[in-house]
Amino acid sequence: MSIYFTKEHEWVKVKDGIGAVGISEHAAHELGDITFVELPAIGKVIKQFEVLGAIESVKAASDIYSPVSGKVVKINEALNDAPEIVNESAEDAGWLAWIEISDEKELQSLMPREQYDEYLKTV
Amino acid sequence: MELIYEKSVPGRRGVKLPASDVPSASALPEGLLRTEPAGLAEISELDLVRHFTNLSRRNFSVDTNFYPLGSCTMKYNAKVLENTAALFAPFHPMTALLPGGEEFCQGSLGMLYDLGQMLADITGMDEVTSQPLAGAHGEMTGILLISAYHRAKGNRKKYVLVPDSSHGTNPASATIAGYEVITVPTAPYGDMDMELFRQAMNDEVAAVMMTCPNTLGLFNPHIKEISDIAHSFDALMYYDGANLNAIMGKVKPGDVGFDVVHVNLHKTFGTPHGGGGPGSGPVGVKKALIPFLPQPRIVMDDDGVLSLETFRPGSIGRAANFFGNFGIMVRAYAYIIMLGREGLIRVSEQAVLNANYIMERLKPFYDLPYDQTCMHECVFSASRQLAHGVHAIDIAKFLIDRGFHPPTVYFPLIVKEAIMIEPTETESKAAMDAFIEVMIEAARTAGSDPQALLDAPLTMPVSRLDETKAARELNVCCLV
Repeated sequence: MSIYFTKEHEWVKVKDGIGAVGISEHAAHELGDITFVELPAIGKVIKQFEVLGAIESVKAASDIYSPVSGKVVKINEALNDAPEIVNESAEDAGWLAWIEISDEKELQSLMPREQYDEYLKTV
Repeated sequence: MELIYEKSVPGRRGVKLPASDVPSASALPEGLLRTEPAGLAEISELDLVRHFTNLSRRNFSVDTNFYPLGSCTMKYNAKVLENTAALFAPFHPMTALLPGGEEFCQGSLGMLYDLGQMLADITGMDEVTSQPLAGAHGEMTGILLISAYHRAKGNRKKYVLVPDSSHGTNPASATIAGYEVITVPTAPYGDMDMELFRQAMNDEVAAVMMTCPNTLGLFNPHIKEISDIAHSFDALMYYDGANLNAIMGKVKPGDVGFDVVHVNLHKTFGTPHGGGGPGSGPVGVKKALIPFLPQPRIVMDDDGVLSLETFRPGSIGRAANFFGNFGIMVRAYAYIIMLGREGLIRVSEQAVLNANYIMERLKPFYDLPYDQTCMHECVFSASRQLAHGVHAIDIAKFLIDRGFHPPTVYFPLIVKEAIMIEPTETESKAAMDAFIEVMIEAARTAGSDPQALLDAPLTMPVSRLDETKAARELNVCCLV
């Protein structure tokens, strides 16, 4: 499954037209201990780079931008009770939402893993 | 230390009242009366006094220690200001609102009116409302005024532009007022990127919210150009006055194109701050926005008699009860009168001088991402110390052991491992030197014995607090 990253440190993993979305391990580390995750409503229709939700940590509150356009079809309810999952497993169990992608061409505007790793060296 | 409830002994009283010898009558209907006792602590007067006196001795405040909390302006407030506020305590806040009542409170109204005039003079605005109860409340009031202005003109506006170095309350206030926020990144020169700003501007932008000097403590040299560009799209300029302490008497926001300004009396004008508050965030506007100001407005007739204008179509309505936090305004009024024009200028000069002194002396020991003359605060990064595994938070904890309140850490967000220091004008060189020595000690210890910083603080009743537990497991309950 291929993974793509945004400059704002979100990721999307795509399979069968559905994108699982989360924040990168780098972002989770920079935020520090996460205390609250605001998830979108199921059914929400969102454009690429619009605000999908928000994450609060002991250091900051940050908006989460959607890496792709589409419709939210599933959210990670476990984060309501255990937001620390994002710290422990940002790029796997700490996923935020599943989005039914409306235009896979948008993925071309995102960075594959190697390119994101290079990008991290510049920030 | 025990909680007061843990010291409670059933039946113990501070004052023993004689038994009632008249029939008791209930003031409330039966259904509203509580069925169980209120669960108050039962304690003698002496134990009560000791409890709260000992609690107060554990308090850390600017009255006890240096408190260089960047962005917050924790200056010392002269005690005489408290006395001035007490003078107004007997006056009932409803007086002016009663029919004919204005005649009996010309002094109180005059104080508010004069304070508004002085703040308008300092900020270059045409009129000031005293109602907003804090800085963010002032921001929301200001954005609602901007929204009313655009509606009245038939402008269709959708966005508010905010630099990414702004106070977090700026985007929040704009969102609450119904706008979408466009964030403009900071350029390497330490302020809003002009090229990206030009690209972001369009006809649907209602306002540009700027903090000047910004949260990096830097004055934006492009501010007039930004105003001109914004105005060419009929977008208004909003001035977040949180950092007014740096420029009083030097620059009037109104002179460089700002249309709406809020000031934090509790930061700049010597009134209590933090837990001691309450705050006060008066909002000043240019003439074009006066019709939309909150009601009641205090107006003066040709004979100098003050009255209240309680209704005007177009007003955004009340922002707060009465006139805002009146007692705070008395203190601010006294502060301005006591210092005078020259004194206020010296406040800003001294605040800026102090911050630059600390910046220059600490520069060899900490990274300074935006290395230029600062205004009233400077922002270091602990990235050099990070190489030894020491974070900004560890340096902050180390300072506690040495008797200093830590500076602001991890803000502004655009600086990695930020350490934001604002000494304010009320500190002496000796106090700052003591702080600087400890900051240097922290930097050296980070290299030689990083574990010592990771273990701090050692002198407090508790060491490292669990910063996440309360947020993750919110459980509000009553102990008794």
